Amino acid sequence: MSTPAYSSSTWPNPSDAPRAVNPVRLSVEQVSYAYSANPSQAPLFTLEANSFQARPGEIVAILGPNASGKSTLLKLIAGALAPLSGRVLLDGFITHTLAPRARAQRIAMVQQETPLLFPAHAWEFVLQGRHPYGRTLRFENEDDVLIARNALAQVGAEHLSDRWMNEISGGERQRVILARALCQQPLLLLLDEPTLHLDIGAQVDLLVTLRRLAAENRYTVVVVTHELNLAAEYADQVVLLQKGKSLRVGSPASVYQRDLLEQVFQTPLTVEKGSNGRPRVNLFPTP
Amino acid sequence: MRPLTLRRLFLQCSLLAAILFVVVVVALKLGAVPVSLYGLGRDLISVLLHQTKALTSDYGMIVIEIRLPRILLAIMVGASLSVAGTSFQALLRNPLADPYVLGVSSGAALGAVLALIAEPHLPLPVWLAAIFTPFGASLGAAATIAAVYFLGQRQGQIDSATLLLAGIITASFLSAIIMFLMTTLSGRDFRGMAFWLMGDLSSSLQPSLRWVLGVGFFAAAGAIYTTASDLNLLLAGEKEAMHLGVDVRRVRLVVYIAASILTGLAVSVSGAIGYVGLLVPHVMRLLFGSDHRTLLPTAAFGGAIALVLADTLARTVVAPSELPVGAMTALAGAPLFIYLLRRGAA
Repeated sequence: MSTPAYSSSTWPNPSDAPRAVNPVRLSVEQVSYAYSANPSQAPLFTLEANSFQARPGEIVAILGPNASGKSTLLKLIAGALAPLSGRVLLDGFITHTLAPRARAQRIAMVQQETPLLFPAHAWEFVLQGRHPYGRTLRFENEDDVLIARNALAQVGAEHLSDRWMNEISGGERQRVILARALCQQPLLLLLDEPTLHLDIGAQVDLLVTLRRLAAENRYTVVVVTHELNLAAEYADQVVLLQKGKSLRVGSPASVYQRDLLEQVFQTPLTVEKGSNGRPRVNLFPTP
Repeated sequence: MRPLTLRRLFLQCSLLAAILFVVVVVALKLGAVPVSLYGLGRDLISVLLHQTKALTSDYGMIVIEIRLPRILLAIMVGASLSVAGTSFQALLRNPLADPYVLGVSSGAALGAVLALIAEPHLPLPVWLAAIFTPFGASLGAAATIAAVYFLGQRQGQIDSATLLLAGIITASFLSAIIMFLMTTLSGRDFRGMAFWLMGDLSSSLQPSLRWVLGVGFFAAAGAIYTTASDLNLLLAGEKEAMHLGVDVRRVRLVVYIAASILTGLAVSVSGAIGYVGLLVPHVMRLLFGSDHRTLLPTAAFGGAIALVLADTLARTVVAPSELPVGAMTALAGAPLFIYLLRRGAA
């Protein structure tokens, strides 16, 4: 097992994190992928060459209609899938070739949750995020508890610590899941439709929290979402996918163009410029 | 926040060990022949000091040479089944999984029967002959769990209800094959075999088999215990576990093989005893939480306690005759199983 590059036992802090020679942290280089029922048949779905780069503290939003390859791209970035061609580099490491533990020390994934089989406390759940740092059989030490407390505090969920996971609301659960990801002390934080099933207030809350975390902890954040306006408000870069092709990569202002979005999402809409210079999508334009 | 500490785990295990000790003493005392506690203590001490000549009476022989080995067997089998059940529940993400319900015990029984039939006809070296039956049973268990796993899938997803149905059907199919094989046996063997299939701890083991059972249990249970914290994450979902750094394929392989060995060992010496592997883990989860670092050792103790109790009842309630212990565990276990099923499987 290679020594992790950033395995300090304290919270990663921009000032003591080693300064990378190359400020680009995540580099997605021409990755492609194909799903097929069996290898001899033509692929049922292909994801074609995608490239973009992201720096520490940046939020990248992956947008697109259903079945456009958003989650596949996220899995490729996470290293859970090996790309057919191209590669994903995280601080110079090819993500899918990292050993599971080394990968979990660098990349944290927040997914659409699987229901729990047996009841667990929120704190038990959060401590699971320390798993990649443990030896084969280990008991959490004081450092782990401190990191877990810190993570809960960062997402504003300290009060949930002793609650049962199946007894808290969807928004609260999403925070606890996020806290578990923070416990991994990742360089790269990936989120697959984190706002799904959340009410509007919780959605905005979550994105505000992400923005703050990206800034404070210098995470590179990649988030798959359907929420065009939230992405416009909080993302530094947007990757727009359609049927496995990336149509446009860039700032929200450069990607959010009426014709393009109408064509991709197959619905009439208008794009305005908000007071902060970020685009706003109006889904029910008055004729 | 109260993370698990080695100290707490040790306390929990000591408590259960103390309960097991009391249960064992009671089990030694109870039986067709009454034995006084005082005589029991003296006999045990003289055995520990290797002074078998000094046993107080004929009763001493009964206690030391019949009851004690049987109780030790119950401890090993109960612990094996319980740990195997805990592992299957985590591996298949199904709270109702256990070797008996999934048909794995039947598969192990078939493997054991085949090994028993084949053994006289094969020129086996002595060491292999000693482990041949448990080996056959473990292979049978491994093959069955693989079959049930694939039959229990729907559209590539493991489906809880389908899995249980697949297990039940596999169990009855394999039992039919065992019945078919048994008709080739003589009448006396047939009765012994039928009793064994119901789950029975009364047969005395060869010393070599005792060693196989002991070493096999500690090796397999130890292997499963090394994956304890991985199992916690695996229960939360395979994808989640992978993203938290669990080598999912390695963990599943280790647990799959080790749980098959545990089931095979238990079944080859005691037949198909049901419900221990299903219910004990649930009770332990209620008592000590669902962290596998606690659950695996406490379930081992709990399984041992449960089976010693069940076997003591089996040989005392209808004394001087006796019931197969499997009938006893089913009598207590089946209603509890129904309860868990109706409650939506906590």
